[in-house]
Amino acid sequence: MKADRALVLHLAVLAALLLAHFLAPAYHHANLARIMVLSIYAMGYNIAFGYTGLLSLGHALLFGAGLYGAGMGVMHLGLPAGPGLVAGTFAGGLMALAVGVLALRTTGVAFMIVTLMFAQAGYLAILYFGQWTRGDEGIVITRAARAIGPIDLSDDASRYLVALTLFAAALLVNLALARSSWGRVMVAMRENEERSRMLGYNPFAVKLAALVVSGLYAGLGGAAYGLMFGYVGASLASVQYSILPLLYVLLGGAGTVLGPFLGALLMFYIIDYASSLTDAHQFVTGAALVLLVLFAPRGILGAIRAKAATWLP
Amino acid sequence: MTGKLITTTPTRRSLLKGLALGTGAIAAGSALPRFVQAQSSATIKLGFQVHRTGIGASYGRWYERTANAALKVINDGGGINGRPVELIFEDDGTDPKRGAEVVEKLVTQAKCDMILGTLFSHVVMGSAPRAGELKVPYLVCSEGHHVAAGALNRWTLQPSITDVKSQVKSMAPWVTANLGKKVTMVFPDYAFGHDHRDYFTAAVVAQGGEVIKQIAIPPTETNFTRYFPQIPNDTEVLYHVMVGPAVLTFVKEMGEFYGSGARPEIFGFIDSLEAVSIDSPGLEFLEGTHFWEGYPRYKQADASEHETFYRAAVGVDDNGASVSDPTDVSTYSHMFSTWETLFVIKQMMEESGYQSTTDRQAFVEALEATAGFDESQEHPQGPKIFNGKTHQVFGLQSITNLAEGKLTRVHQTTMEDGFYPDETDYTTQSF
Repeated sequence: MKADRALVLHLAVLAALLLAHFLAPAYHHANLARIMVLSIYAMGYNIAFGYTGLLSLGHALLFGAGLYGAGMGVMHLGLPAGPGLVAGTFAGGLMALAVGVLALRTTGVAFMIVTLMFAQAGYLAILYFGQWTRGDEGIVITRAARAIGPIDLSDDASRYLVALTLFAAALLVNLALARSSWGRVMVAMRENEERSRMLGYNPFAVKLAALVVSGLYAGLGGAAYGLMFGYVGASLASVQYSILPLLYVLLGGAGTVLGPFLGALLMFYIIDYASSLTDAHQFVTGAALVLLVLFAPRGILGAIRAKAATWLP
Repeated sequence: MTGKLITTTPTRRSLLKGLALGTGAIAAGSALPRFVQAQSSATIKLGFQVHRTGIGASYGRWYERTANAALKVINDGGGINGRPVELIFEDDGTDPKRGAEVVEKLVTQAKCDMILGTLFSHVVMGSAPRAGELKVPYLVCSEGHHVAAGALNRWTLQPSITDVKSQVKSMAPWVTANLGKKVTMVFPDYAFGHDHRDYFTAAVVAQGGEVIKQIAIPPTETNFTRYFPQIPNDTEVLYHVMVGPAVLTFVKEMGEFYGSGARPEIFGFIDSLEAVSIDSPGLEFLEGTHFWEGYPRYKQADASEHETFYRAAVGVDDNGASVSDPTDVSTYSHMFSTWETLFVIKQMMEESGYQSTTDRQAFVEALEATAGFDESQEHPQGPKIFNGKTHQVFGLQSITNLAEGKLTRVHQTTMEDGFYPDETDYTTQSF
C-alpha cells in the first residue's frame, strides 16, 4: 500500500502539471516549463547529495557540459536538436565520470573543494575557448535548430509538453531508483560508508555510479535548457549554478523524490516575488538558506516524511 | 421618449435606411485622420530590463535615472500619441537566465508594449530569444556586436548606441596617425576583449599599422604585475580595455610599472573607468593619456543646447557626476542610449500609428525603414544613421585627452569611420 501511495502521489503531481498546461495563465505556464527543466537538474543533484551524501559544489560543470554538449553540437556540428539533447545528456554523464574518478578519492570538505575547483576550471575553459563558445557572451541557438522532428521547441505549448515529458521520465526513473535495492545502497553510503563496505559493497564504485547518474540528469537538464530557451552561455556554468540546485534540494527536502521540484518551484517564485519588492532579492535567497539550515535541515518534504508520511520516498 | 431607437421587426425601408447610414459612416470614417479612429487613452507600458544588481549595477543605476528623466520629458510633452507612458523596471541581476524570465514577466504579466534598456551582452543574448518568441520589440542599449552580427532576431534592435566593432574601427585612423603605428593591446580574455582584439587589430593593419603584441588577461586576475613586462620595448601605443572590479588595480599597477620613466602613448576605452572618478587615488598616471568616449563625460566647451538640456534633465554636473553627489560618477558614455531609445520608441510609435500590441510588427517595420535621427534634444549625443537590415545604429565617437584632471575632446570621428559591410539582413526573416 505504501508503494502505491507513493506512486499515486507522483502521478498526481504529473497530472496536475498536465492540467496546468491547459489552465495556467501564460506567465505561470512559461515559468513552469523552466521550473521543470531546472528540476531535472536538481533531481540529479539530489541523487548525489540527497541520497548518496556527496555534497558537491561543482555540479554547474555537469549542467554546463549538457548545455554546451547540446549547444555546440547543434550550432557547430549541425546536429539536429534530438541528437543534441542526447549528446548533452551523455556529456554530463561523461564529465561526471571524469570528475568522479578523481574527486571521489576525497571525502567531506575536500570533496566540496575539489568539485568546486573542477567547476571553476570548466567555467574558465569556456571563457578561454571563446572562439568556439563565445565565452561570457554565449551562443544563441536559432529557432530553426530548436526543433525535434516536427516539434518546435520555441513554441510555448510544445516546449511545455516536452519539458513535462522529460520531467515525468526523470521523476519516475528517480522514484524507481529510490525504491530499488541500489537506491538503498546509495542511502547506506550516505548513512554509514564503513558499514556498507563491511557488508561487501564497494563505496567508490557505488558513489561513482551515483555521480554518473547525477551527471546524466544534470546533462539532460542543461541540454534541455539550452535547446528549449535558445541560449548557451558561460554564466550558466558559473558557481552560482552549483549553489542553485543545492538550495532547491535543501528547501524541498534532500533525499526525497519530489523535493527538488518543490524546492525549485518555491525558490523560483520567492525570487520572482522578492525581486518585485526589493533589490535585495539575493539577500532573500541567502536568508532562506540560513533559515533552512537552522530550523528545517530536512527541508519541507523531509520534515513531512519525518512527522506525518513516513512512506514518502 | 416618444421614438423607438431599435425596432425588433425591421421593415425593408428601415433596413435600407440603416444600410445607407452604415455605409456613409464607414466612408466618413476612412476619410478621417488615422488618430481619430479608435484612439486609445490607455497608458503605454514600456518594460525596462535593468541591471540593478550583479556586475552591471553601476551602469544600471544610471540607466534607470536617465530613462526616468527621458520619461518625464515625454510625459510633460503629452506622452506618445497623446497617451501617457509608464516605465516598469525589473531587475535582471545582470544574469541571462533571469533576463529571459524578466522579459517573460514584463510581457505576459505586466503587459508591457515593448522592452528596452538591456546593456550587458550575455543578458541580451539570453533574453533576445524569448523576446523573439513573444514577438515583442526588444530595444537594447548594449553596444555589443551581436545585433549587427546577425546572432539575434527580427524583434531585437539597437537604435541608439553604436556597437563595439564600429567604435573600435573608428578609433584606428586617429590612433595610428597621432599616437603611433606599433600597438600592444591589453584586454580581458573573454568575448568582449576578443572583439576588441580582432576588430582593432584588423583596423590598425588597414591603416598601415601593426599590433605587435596581444596580452589577454584572464577574467579572474587580480594582480597584473606579471603581464606588464610582456609589453615589447618598441611599443608606441599601449591600447587597454578592462572591465570589472580590478580595473583600478590594473591602472595603478601599470603606473607603478612605468614609474616616472619613459612610457608609450596610452589609449584606453572609458569602459575601464565608467562610474569611476578620474581623480581617484592611483589614477594620476593616466594624465596625458587618451580615451574613447561614446559621449564625453566632462561638459565640453562647444556643448550644444541639447547636451545642456540633457545633462540638466538627468541631473549630471559638468564633471559627469550626480548634481546631488559629486562622488556618484555617471556612466556617461553609455547611458545616453536609454534616453535616445525612449525617444526612438516615441517617434516610431507615432509614425507607425501604434495603438496596441497588435501593432508591434508595424513598429519594427517603421524602425527598419528609418534612415536615422538628427542631433536634437531627443538625440543629444549626435546624429545617427540607422541600418534597417542589421538593426544597428551608427554614430559619432569622441577621443578625449586627460589633462589637468579633465577629459577634453581632441577628435571626433566621422560617421563613415565606423562603417563596415553588412553581416546580416534581418528584414529577410519572417516575423
